[in-house]
Amino acid sequence: MRTICFYFQVHQPVRLKPYRFFDIGEDHHYWDDFSNRSIMRKVAQKCYLPMNALLLDLINKYNGAFKVSFSISGTFLEQMEAYAPDVLESFQKLVATGHVELLNETYAHSLAALKSKEEFHKLVKKHQAKISELFNGYTPKVFRNTELIYSDQIGAMVAELGYEGILTEGAKHILGWKSPNYVYCNSIEPKLKVLLKNFRLSDDIAFRFGNRTWEDYPLTTDKFVKWINSAPEDEEVINLFMDYETFGEHQWAETGIFEFMKHLPEAVFKNSHYSFSTPSEVIAKIPPIGKIHVPIPISWADEERDLTAWLGNDLQDEAFDRLYELEKLVNTIDDEEIQRDWNFLQTSDHFYYMCTKFFSDGDIHAYFSPYDSPYDAFINYMNVLSDFMIRIKEKASLQEASK
Amino acid sequence: MKVLMFGWEFPPHISGGLGTACYGLVKGLAHHKQDIIFVVPKLWGDEEPLADFVNASDVTIDYRERRFKKFWKNLTYLEVSSFLVPYLGPEQFKKYTDASMHDRTDVAESVFSNKFEFSGKYGKDLMMEVSRYALVAAQIAKDKEFDIIHAHDWLSFPAGIAAKEISGKPLIAHVHATEFDRSGETVNQVVYDIERAGMHAADHVLAVSQLTKNIIVKKYGVPASKVTVVHNAVLDASIIKSHYEKKVPEKIVTFLGRITFQKGPEYFVEAAKKVIERDPNVRFVMAGNGDLLNRMVDRVAELRMGTKFHFTGFLKGDDVDHMYAISDVYVMPSVSEPFGISPLEAVRHNTPVIISKQSGVAEVLNNAIKVDFWDIDSMADAIFALLHYDGISRMFKDLGTKELKKLKWEHVAAKLVKVYSNTLSQKP
Repeated sequence: MRTICFYFQVHQPVRLKPYRFFDIGEDHHYWDDFSNRSIMRKVAQKCYLPMNALLLDLINKYNGAFKVSFSISGTFLEQMEAYAPDVLESFQKLVATGHVELLNETYAHSLAALKSKEEFHKLVKKHQAKISELFNGYTPKVFRNTELIYSDQIGAMVAELGYEGILTEGAKHILGWKSPNYVYCNSIEPKLKVLLKNFRLSDDIAFRFGNRTWEDYPLTTDKFVKWINSAPEDEEVINLFMDYETFGEHQWAETGIFEFMKHLPEAVFKNSHYSFSTPSEVIAKIPPIGKIHVPIPISWADEERDLTAWLGNDLQDEAFDRLYELEKLVNTIDDEEIQRDWNFLQTSDHFYYMCTKFFSDGDIHAYFSPYDSPYDAFINYMNVLSDFMIRIKEKASLQEASK
Repeated sequence: MKVLMFGWEFPPHISGGLGTACYGLVKGLAHHKQDIIFVVPKLWGDEEPLADFVNASDVTIDYRERRFKKFWKNLTYLEVSSFLVPYLGPEQFKKYTDASMHDRTDVAESVFSNKFEFSGKYGKDLMMEVSRYALVAAQIAKDKEFDIIHAHDWLSFPAGIAAKEISGKPLIAHVHATEFDRSGETVNQVVYDIERAGMHAADHVLAVSQLTKNIIVKKYGVPASKVTVVHNAVLDASIIKSHYEKKVPEKIVTFLGRITFQKGPEYFVEAAKKVIERDPNVRFVMAGNGDLLNRMVDRVAELRMGTKFHFTGFLKGDDVDHMYAISDVYVMPSVSEPFGISPLEAVRHNTPVIISKQSGVAEVLNNAIKVDFWDIDSMADAIFALLHYDGISRMFKDLGTKELKKLKWEHVAAKLVKVYSNTLSQKP
């Protein structure tokens, strides 16, 4: 059996508003409601609504032979409920077909897996509950950590939570001569299957599709099917993992990306022996070929496929450490707003904005950042964090006093 | 006495401290009934009518005047010098050749009889504006009646020199800052040359502090007898009662100024670390913008004090007052500060100040803690003391405000009038 596995990451951070030093101690609302709303609405029109409609058509047209999977972050779900109920409804319709798989992740799209097992568990449970609430009791079986961040340890932690599989990057430096087109398993807990992104074919769609200077431009469905057919016969699964915003937002409608997706299933069914599967189907059908060793965390970001997009420079490390220092205290506080802010402050995007890798992948970082520079991002985040610290200390001492 | 004064900016449209100082001086001179013609590259129309303002952008230059030929030559020289700025694009090259053409005397006069619209900013065409300004000054000196010329800082020194050559009247060069203050030892040679030429062409030189006088004598070779120290003053010495309240429980230590080499921001950061290690209940604030900002942010992150050390960016209007008002200690760790007016503002807000010994203001403000800019241990000690020992901070508050009342622009102007008349009487 040969199969294609589509997985789309659906995520929007809750962005911070410009928060000044003078606001510390006074203004406790940190979130840029206006821009969060307008970005959600903009991307809904350009991507979520048209692409969801397209996928629903394809699923119906092929009676479920075409299928996809999503991981929708908690920060996205929450903002979708508030600003885009029409998008929520379209996702609910997709899931109701039974041919769309939802994956679990941390609610806040956080980096907690790297720092605190307890916080990680808490955020996974929270995401699980939210999925169940919005999608008619749906319970995900496969896990996808923030930005495909994965290591042997993280895999073991996920296995402990009872998941059957996890998705990550088919990073060159962990694969070496091996191919990403097989099912692997975690090196500590072999019962956890690992699906690896075929980054060449994924990025052909996600990054290169509309690039007129690319030698393979324009990418047609025939060309793409020829490429997947050229994979060695015994390689069984091609994992196409990408941001959902690829469709209509990163690659504009004018590039023909929607047309490409509309006709891809037809071309695959007609000219190849490939089927489409969701991650849990792949895991159920294809036995693992061996263990994959990932001692140091990998991700799907930038050329390095490591953590340096979020952590590693002084700005990022300082913000990250100061944030997680608060974990213990936050856990003692029974206050909805504090808990919400604590979640949203953990979102990986805040640290991504502080990345100073200007010269290689800086363009990509700048494209996604609401700030002029990583320094501005740091200053703003630390101002907010300083106010948050004052609040939790106050709450904690109030709770203490009332005991 | 009628004074022809050349400045570069005037309130309310200012980007540096020079405009504020000019405003104080003009106001003080008006108090002593001196007539002033004040020339600026660009007037906005909303300046307080303290002087006979001349907008250099409105002056029509008569190119037939043979005596101006020399200033055209200078113009060419200065424009060429300004090409030290990298990349000579076609436009700049055209400008260069245009400027060279002006040096020719055989071109029809109509081509040259025009005006020049100054930006009055500190932009990329600064050198060109400085040299055009001299040409305008020559025209004004030819048209107007006056007794003495007074030029503020290097930007208007070429103007002052031109006016002196055309009119034969004595020139006073007023030094508010030198290239050594701005750039340390890596001076811009063109700027230095202009400063030096201005000081040497002048009949008398004014320095805003003894510190600046020393630099003028040592680095520019001007005889000490030719230099008089005229400290700056404050426009209003009254205590500012702010109703703005601090929103955080911790005490606040503030740096407010441009975040550049001259202001010594890195010493403030290092001292902050030392204080926080001993007393975590303090917040440090660095208010302002500048080329060292990002480096300071990096260092604060590296020292792991990001939740105790804050950056506000450039502050304007009320925010400046608010910042002073909520500060418990104000620190000015300048590496080289000809004068430095901001500690006096802090005193007006009843905030005790720590200033570097390398600042001119240290010569007039006795009741402040003075440390060497590089001595971060002493700086940390002083911050800690002012935060914790109420007696000393109370004393500085009381005495500081008393001292402030003595710093009046009328007194400065009186001293100035004396310099004017001495200079005039020396003139053969």
